[in-house]
Amino acid sequence: MKSHLSQVLTGLVFAVSSLASQSAEVQVAVAANFTAPMQKIAAEFEKDTGHKVLLSSGATGKFYAQIKNGAPFEVFLAADDETPAKLETEGDAVPGSRFTYAIGKLMLWSAQPGYVDDQGAVLKKSQFQHLAIANPKTAPYGAAAMEVLTHLNLLDAVQPKLVTGENIAQAHQFVATGNAQLGFVALSQVMENGKLTGGSGWQVPTKLYEPIRQDAVILAKGKDQPAAEALMKYLKGRKATAIIKSYGYDL
Amino acid sequence: MPSDVDLAAVWLTLKLATVTTLILLIIGTPIAWWLARTRSWFKGPVGAVVALPLVLPPTVLGFYLLVAMGPHGPVGQLTQSLGLGVLPFTFPGLVVASVLYSMPFVVQPLQQAFEAIGARPLEVAATLRANHWDAFFTVAVPLAKPGFITAAILGFAHTVGEFGVVLMIGGNIPNKTRVVSVQIYDHVEAMEYAQAHWLAGGMVVFAFLVLLALYTLNRTGRNL
Repeated sequence: MKSHLSQVLTGLVFAVSSLASQSAEVQVAVAANFTAPMQKIAAEFEKDTGHKVLLSSGATGKFYAQIKNGAPFEVFLAADDETPAKLETEGDAVPGSRFTYAIGKLMLWSAQPGYVDDQGAVLKKSQFQHLAIANPKTAPYGAAAMEVLTHLNLLDAVQPKLVTGENIAQAHQFVATGNAQLGFVALSQVMENGKLTGGSGWQVPTKLYEPIRQDAVILAKGKDQPAAEALMKYLKGRKATAIIKSYGYDL
Repeated sequence: MPSDVDLAAVWLTLKLATVTTLILLIIGTPIAWWLARTRSWFKGPVGAVVALPLVLPPTVLGFYLLVAMGPHGPVGQLTQSLGLGVLPFTFPGLVVASVLYSMPFVVQPLQQAFEAIGARPLEVAATLRANHWDAFFTVAVPLAKPGFITAAILGFAHTVGEFGVVLMIGGNIPNKTRVVSVQIYDHVEAMEYAQAHWLAGGMVVFAFLVLLALYTLNRTGRNL
């Protein structure tokens, strides 16, 4: 009888612990440009695996500072490849877990149809009042925008017209509300299912800026967490890559 | 050491707080006076509207201002038709936002000061044939002086401490909309902690001095 009870108890403990591991939570820091696709991927991931995803979105540089100061994120989807590499060498990420989940594209975009031509000549005409970019210090897309302006020799001309969003989402919001006539945003923010969702845009030629290789990495807090590992695997899978491509990213 | 950019942010913040405080004293005084004296049914609703920024998250104010002052919003349409352009990302835009945001900090101390005077001194002034304006400027204003001092200090300090609204409608432009609180946020995000410390420490000292001044004046002043 006694051994029976202990068997039942052991069974219960196993059942409970395996349940817990089956539906674990994973806390993800995601670069602002990847928020929309990640929400879709997370929904699919939750359906397919039973794990739960908690998403926080923001500027990559801000997440770096937060992770260095003990933020509870387990997986980091950055907007560049330098920040995850840095976290890895500094011991804040799991070595060998890093991979490129998407290659981002920069878009000069206006909420007004017909405002931005397909050569980006509107930039040189300089008739706009405000040009929105993400903060180049913390957001890789902001840094890429500065690169483009430098390459086009327009930086001095547009400098007084620059308005800086705290991250790429805010830069997009400035343009979407019409307060800035145009701005450099992520292609993924204005594209869905391979089409522009509204307004007008110029997809900036990739020779004008370094490719925005966006790396994912498991952070120290996510080490040996099955949900974190499952998510990383899922990101490489067919379903996730299809979603990623539909937002205009390269892979 | 604070850089030139930091000092520019300090200068801009002081300019914003000064302009905002002056405007608030000018438009806040009649509002406070009316609130203190009226028996109208509107007293409750108007008082509540004035106090709204105390309760609302700055993001609510920032969001609505961004939309309302934008080119498609009602305020934006008005400013454009007046040839003023749109207000977000400009210094006047920050002034408008700050006036709304700091309104209760100016109106409420003034209202309390006016209420504390009561009807009696003004009635006496009336028997001495002082007209309403006369009575207001020669009787009510001097009696409410401590209220004016409190209102000015609080309005100024609260504008200096503004962050969320400016972040949402400012666009972080040097010399125009990049105030100290935004500059500190930028430094912290970029992990420039040394520079952040200069400004953040300065803000702590500033806030302490303001409150110290307020409490010292409070003790010596009347009707506070």
